[in-house]
Amino acid sequence: MENRPFRQYPGEVMFHRFANPARFLRLAAAVQPWAAGATVVLLAAGLTLGLLASPADYQQGETVRIMYVHVPSAWMAIFCYSALAGACAVALIWKHPLAGLAARATAPIGAAFTFLALVTGSLWGKPMWGTWWVWDARLTSVLVLFFLYLGYMALDNAFDDPGRGAKASSILALVGFVNVPIIKFSVDWWNTLHQPASVVKMGGPAIHPSMLTPLLLMGLAFTTYYVWVLLIRIRREIIATKIRALQMRQAAGQGAAAPAATTAPGEAG
Amino acid sequence: MSGFMLILRRDLHLAFRQGMDSLMVVAFFVIAVVLFPLGVGPEPNILARIGPGVIWVAALLASMLSLERLFQTDYEDGSLELLALQPVALEVTVMAKVTAHWLTTGLPLIVAAPLLAVLMNMPADGFWALMAALVIGTPSLSLIGAIGAALILGSRRGGILLSLLVLPLYIPVLIFGVSAVDAALGGFSAKPQLLILSGLLVAALPLCPWAGAAALRQSME
Repeated sequence: MENRPFRQYPGEVMFHRFANPARFLRLAAAVQPWAAGATVVLLAAGLTLGLLASPADYQQGETVRIMYVHVPSAWMAIFCYSALAGACAVALIWKHPLAGLAARATAPIGAAFTFLALVTGSLWGKPMWGTWWVWDARLTSVLVLFFLYLGYMALDNAFDDPGRGAKASSILALVGFVNVPIIKFSVDWWNTLHQPASVVKMGGPAIHPSMLTPLLLMGLAFTTYYVWVLLIRIRREIIATKIRALQMRQAAGQGAAAPAATTAPGEAG
Repeated sequence: MSGFMLILRRDLHLAFRQGMDSLMVVAFFVIAVVLFPLGVGPEPNILARIGPGVIWVAALLASMLSLERLFQTDYEDGSLELLALQPVALEVTVMAKVTAHWLTTGLPLIVAAPLLAVLMNMPADGFWALMAALVIGTPSLSLIGAIGAALILGSRRGGILLSLLVLPLYIPVLIFGVSAVDAALGGFSAKPQLLILSGLLVAALPLCPWAGAAALRQSME
């Protein structure tokens, strides 16, 4: 009999390979410095090009440069929610342990990007539109996205059993995913003050390359930043689980009044 | 009698045995709406302007406050597990309980709405649009709320958490419900908004029991 695993399709090996926390920690430790380095480089390039080297807008003047933070934040807000929903789907369907951790780790990052998008948009709106806020479809649906993130995090932490919380919030994340296409197409479906799509639309981007390049660089920078922080957070979750297990074993050992119940640190690895 | 009708009858019996619950929801609805004229002042034009929104928001809150009990009592005394073991699909069980919830909460709200429209000085054109929008919208509220009610079983601070989960999902129904009334008051046809509300209901009818049943299953693990 051949000594190979019983696999159906090529991706399955990779899929299940990193369900092992120790193996994932090794991969994360290897990838994290690259993500950090890429973030720094891309951020430097994007900010230099965006804030210094790119032209000012013919109508908006220098305030257009908020776009280089606002638009990538908004992209990341939606990207993170899609990643969250994807991870939750994987966690629910395949019960992949890493997917649950990735979902829990992604939510605060996505919420922070959404908040950043709302705040930078507000700061941009005041000089441009004359108002800090307007209840048009795009802003309202992004605000709803922010509440969905908060609801996800609240539900995740609302149970004494963390596994229960993860499963409940996974269902919530999938239910809330309907909001993502609403956000994307809100500027097409409604008469909004927020401008229509300029980058991802039929017929290609409507932005000049001198502005599009820093925008895409910032988008990439934010994405690598997300990967960097995600890896830090997942590693933290895995290590926190180990510490919890150690503490519980220690408490159980002391409860049984057995003096030899202390565990060696290497034993839990 | 089919499983759906059996569970529906059971829930209606339980609800009527404690008739006060249904009346309390309507009482909250009325009191919440009454607070607004007292708060913003009795000037008729202002009340007419904010009337549809106030009535809809109060309907949302009233519907949401009664959702917590949708599964909670059954969860606590173990009958939810028995219901899950029945030959009836859990999705059908959820649908039956949601129907009972709407009959005991949504329907009284709809009946109370014209009185509140009068209190908010709504012109006559808006009444039928308000009723139609509530008739189409409140079942969606019960359906979407059922998902939230199933998710919070066994959690700490379930009630307040439910509002944080469910109110963002209610926002589309709120927006189109108020828009329908505003359109009718402005002399336009409310049909587009009512059609969108119907679309939301039709989408919610299969999806919400599915999600609610999934949430119930993981709550009983």
